[in-house]
Amino acid sequence: MEVKIQQPVEQPINDTITETSTKKEKFKKIKKTIISQKYLQFMALLGLVWMFIFNYIPMYGLIIAFKEYSIIRTISEAPWVGLMQFKEFLQDENFWIVLKNTLGISMIKLIIGFPLPIIFALMLNELTSMKFKKAVQTISYLPHFISWVVLGGILTTWLADIGVINDILLGLGLISERTNFLAEPDNFWAIVILSDIWKELGWSAIIYLAAIAGVSPELYESSTIDGANRFQKMWHVTLPSIRPTITILFILAVSGVLNSNFDQILILRNSLNESASNVIDIYVYQMGLQNARYSYATAVGLLKAIIAFILLLSANKITKKLNGTSLF
Amino acid sequence: MFKLFKRNRRTTSEYIFDNVNLLIMLFICAITVYPIWYVVVNSLNDGIDAMKGGIYWWPREFTLANYKAVFETPGIVTSFGVTIAKTVIGTITHVFFTAMVAYAISRRDLYGRNFYMLVGVITMFFSGGLIPYFLLIRDLGLFDNFLVYIIPTMFNFFHLIIFVSFFRELPKSLEEAAKIDGANDFMIFIKVIIPLSMPVIATIALFQGVYQWNDYFAGVIFVNNPDLQPIQTYLYKVVAESSSNQMMTNAAGTIATKTVTSQSIKLATMVVTTLPIMLVYPFLQKYFVKGMLIGSVKG
Repeated sequence: MEVKIQQPVEQPINDTITETSTKKEKFKKIKKTIISQKYLQFMALLGLVWMFIFNYIPMYGLIIAFKEYSIIRTISEAPWVGLMQFKEFLQDENFWIVLKNTLGISMIKLIIGFPLPIIFALMLNELTSMKFKKAVQTISYLPHFISWVVLGGILTTWLADIGVINDILLGLGLISERTNFLAEPDNFWAIVILSDIWKELGWSAIIYLAAIAGVSPELYESSTIDGANRFQKMWHVTLPSIRPTITILFILAVSGVLNSNFDQILILRNSLNESASNVIDIYVYQMGLQNARYSYATAVGLLKAIIAFILLLSANKITKKLNGTSLF
Repeated sequence: MFKLFKRNRRTTSEYIFDNVNLLIMLFICAITVYPIWYVVVNSLNDGIDAMKGGIYWWPREFTLANYKAVFETPGIVTSFGVTIAKTVIGTITHVFFTAMVAYAISRRDLYGRNFYMLVGVITMFFSGGLIPYFLLIRDLGLFDNFLVYIIPTMFNFFHLIIFVSFFRELPKSLEEAAKIDGANDFMIFIKVIIPLSMPVIATIALFQGVYQWNDYFAGVIFVNNPDLQPIQTYLYKVVAESSSNQMMTNAAGTIATKTVTSQSIKLATMVVTTLPIMLVYPFLQKYFVKGMLIGSVKG
């Protein structure tokens, strides 16, 4: 519309006429393209609408972290409180507990859980029988498809005072009386980390196995000619070849350090192990959904997301400097 | 010649390594399978007898009463119905909707393609988090509504990327032929693209199917009505909130025998919940692995 109104005013200058007319033509052309692909545009637009509702409205909803939102008011009506919610969290007695549990579990998971799938993939690759290798793979992927609820049911059964773990430890003489392991905070981290490894070891190895399969056979042939044995090949050929894969997954693992496995911990925690099981995600869930402190819980979640994003960027930068591989 | 032969033979250290490796692999398989086996065996044993413990390899007093109790507890049967419904409907709508958007975006002639892509890529890095999402679902009126399992899971940008990379590889000639015959883009998607894309559709359908089957959280936070809770949510409540006593009285009301305990029903429910996945898994494993690899390479 504006173009049309401006046209007569700027008529004396020849250049502008051609410019506006080409602009007009361009606009016409775009309109024509869109109309000619109206079905296609509509299909894409439906996706856009879905993302707008389910991804972008919650992003807008993050502003309640800077407000005092309550159920009786709408988000825009709620009064601004600045950084009050963040300050409250940093001063809360739960802050250090939550931070300790989140970082503690994640760090140990990173140190133990990250290299294990790599080692597992390397060992699988060394198996001489192809049939046996396939069988081990199939079995090791299986737990990935069992839900955390069912695994939680297995764990509560096994770790109960009349459960299998007690039977074994008593039989070996490692403990003198039966205990319910999930009722003791001291055992919680170990339970979470070990059960996570049990569930995901095989599945996480898939990507390394694919990377190993992609290593050029010529490299192995030439190292054989150089007289390398199998261990040397593993160390000097296989590992360096899959280093880019390892690096990318490491960056992702580091950025996920504040992500505890919510599904897992929600089902394994109880009031007795709370001092070891209260992690950021659980805290957000409790504060926000159980105590209805929406603004406070959103602020905690937002703080976590910001730190996670910074971690992602720094891990990316560090690995880029160190070995030239990076996510972006 | 002699040297080559010698190199192909295993040295002592390699021989030891191979055998240790084999043992470790067998051990990993054993500890992976055994907990599942334990649950199966105990669920097939008389409940009261199982309380004495010591059932490790085989049922001591074999019975199907636990499974009978599972299928005669109305709450459990309803929950299974909800799970099946949400898995079937949720997976079909997800695959259809995500593939449809993906087809539009995969077309290089789509005007504004880069904009659509950008809007999607941003969602991969930023999200509103739990509370704003919860408030949105509440405002949309999806509380205690079956659609809460379907609409919010209808689309997934990671899956879209997998679809797009597959559609790009399809031959263009069929699309062009259909266009000359006067088909519009939507009809091309339905009649040409979908039949050609069955491998990728199978992969995404499996991922989404397992997700729908295993998810319990939506049922925990968005649904209060027990008639709308999926079996995983039901199990979650039994396991985490130890409402097993209540479950026992439910079951005791419907079954006359006194040999069933809350624990034995729990185990039987766990087996029934996991069984469908266990049954299809070995045959569809290759699709899962393929999907995992495409997803991780492109994503």
